[in-house]
Amino acid sequence: MGGTAIRVSDLRKSYGEVEAVRGISFELAEGECLAMVGPNGAGKTTTVEILEGFRPRSGGDVRVLGMDPETAGRDFRERIGIVLQSSGLDRTLTVRELVSFYGAFYPSPRNVDETVDLVGLGEKRDTRVKALSGGQQRRLDLALGIVGDPDLIFLDEPTTGFDPSARRHSWELVDNLRSLGKSILLTTHYMDEAQNLADRVVVIAGGAIVAEGSPESLGGRDLAEAVISFRLPAALALADLPGGLPSQPRLQDGYVLLRTKAPTAALNLLTGWAVGRGEELEALTVTRPSLEDVYLQLTGDADAVAPKEATNG
Amino acid sequence: MADTAASTAAGSAASATRGRRPGALSLLARQFWYQNLLFWRNPFSAFFTIAFPLMFLLLFNTLQGGSRLTERGGIRFAQFFTPSILVFAAISATYVNLAVSVAIVRDDGILKRLRGTPMPSWVYVAGRVLHATFAAVLASVLMVAAGMLLFHVKLIGHLLPAAIVTLLVGIVSFCALGLALAAVCPNGEAAPAMANFTWLPVAFVSSIFFPLDTAPKWLQSLGGIFPVKHFAEAMQATFSPFTTGNGFRWHDLGVIALWALGGTIVAVRRFQWEPRAAGGGRRRRRQTLRTGE
Repeated sequence: MGGTAIRVSDLRKSYGEVEAVRGISFELAEGECLAMVGPNGAGKTTTVEILEGFRPRSGGDVRVLGMDPETAGRDFRERIGIVLQSSGLDRTLTVRELVSFYGAFYPSPRNVDETVDLVGLGEKRDTRVKALSGGQQRRLDLALGIVGDPDLIFLDEPTTGFDPSARRHSWELVDNLRSLGKSILLTTHYMDEAQNLADRVVVIAGGAIVAEGSPESLGGRDLAEAVISFRLPAALALADLPGGLPSQPRLQDGYVLLRTKAPTAALNLLTGWAVGRGEELEALTVTRPSLEDVYLQLTGDADAVAPKEATNG
Repeated sequence: MADTAASTAAGSAASATRGRRPGALSLLARQFWYQNLLFWRNPFSAFFTIAFPLMFLLLFNTLQGGSRLTERGGIRFAQFFTPSILVFAAISATYVNLAVSVAIVRDDGILKRLRGTPMPSWVYVAGRVLHATFAAVLASVLMVAAGMLLFHVKLIGHLLPAAIVTLLVGIVSFCALGLALAAVCPNGEAAPAMANFTWLPVAFVSSIFFPLDTAPKWLQSLGGIFPVKHFAEAMQATFSPFTTGNGFRWHDLGVIALWALGGTIVAVRRFQWEPRAAGGGRRRRRQTLRTGE
């Protein structure tokens, strides 16, 4: 441990005139889970496919498990597991047949039945692919990606199309893989997925990294102002609120919104005032900008943030 | 630099605890087994390779009864038609089968998935060729067996080596041509049409269903451009009692081999592992997502 699984410096990729990736640099430590998020066309898949060895790069340096994926061969592919965003399966074969077939490519594959159980397809092991639901096929993708017991796993949007319980299950699985010391590079559209799984998040937009940090601190989220929100008690107006609040409260759709960097003191003041008057502050919440809010701001989709803030406070 | 070294050290430590890398032969055997499962589970591939030519064999031989072909020295129809339909079956099993299924698995993203595993790419191609060869030989043996049992077709002992060599040269060559067509085919949906359009019209000017010996010269020359006629006539010669010598038609085998060489060059140069139609595999997957639940 303590090594670097992936090191990317100033990675560039052009398709003709179009520069899809414009100088990306980041590292993935061994045993770490890094989430790469960004809008469609931001360069995520191009970057990941360069790291997986599917595409040559136009510039920059890339080291994956100490090797250059562009020239690395079997040694490299024996130690990585790839779950592509979209790749087919032979529809007439069963879950078990496929996992066993793919496992046989590797020097030390996982046990076939264990792998099938691990992704939650135990009851479907003898079912043919064509009889699996979309989410079950995606779990089979995951099984094929990990059956070789790789050190580094690429997960390209692994839970797209999953129902909520299947997503939870997959998150547990990814957590399991991490506890085994596997390094994971994840791309996802779901901020809750990044929040739950990743140690660090890299936001890519327009082929460049626009922010990088832990899910808690990304984009200064941990330092941002909190918003205190509650329903304004009937028969009261904004002017009835106590003096000495850290900022000017706003009234929106019957809710009081108060931005502050010191929510503890503000809450103390507000709740003391309310209890003293015998009022209940209904729907009282304290929130920080969610990872999704920060993401939308960072990727330039600021319009989408405003209404969300209005309803959630 | 220091932790690059550390990660390499960790890497080699990890690989030291790993098991033995699977050997090429075992990978090839597994690939063959896998293709065999796929072949028999897809009713269409098994039907077109085996049942379809068998149907032709029964139908034509029954219709023609015991007629004789004057343009071939009075050979019995069944003795002419059985090697012909054998060629038909062998080309279906190799050229059509490989072109269509390789183009489809490529567009489904299956080839890309395999490319990301440690299986060497040559194992995949060799496994496909090996299985297509197996299917073609199986179909050929069935055609000859049916001809012998039902229509009194006779194997001619001293022509047998030529028959086997001709069959194998034809099979390997049409495998190469099938892979070449898959390589140039724009997408999986176009593959069946392209395979049939390039093969069936040619079959009719290639002495398969009837000898072209008395056809207009231009038609014979047209057929002579393509490898099918050479494969068919070389095969027919190895079943004809009027053949003199050992039955090897080197001129025909040479033309077939030239086509195979061209096919190999195209296949090697143009073969792709990733879906050709942008988003082709993805479209398929989305359909599965919609209809799968």
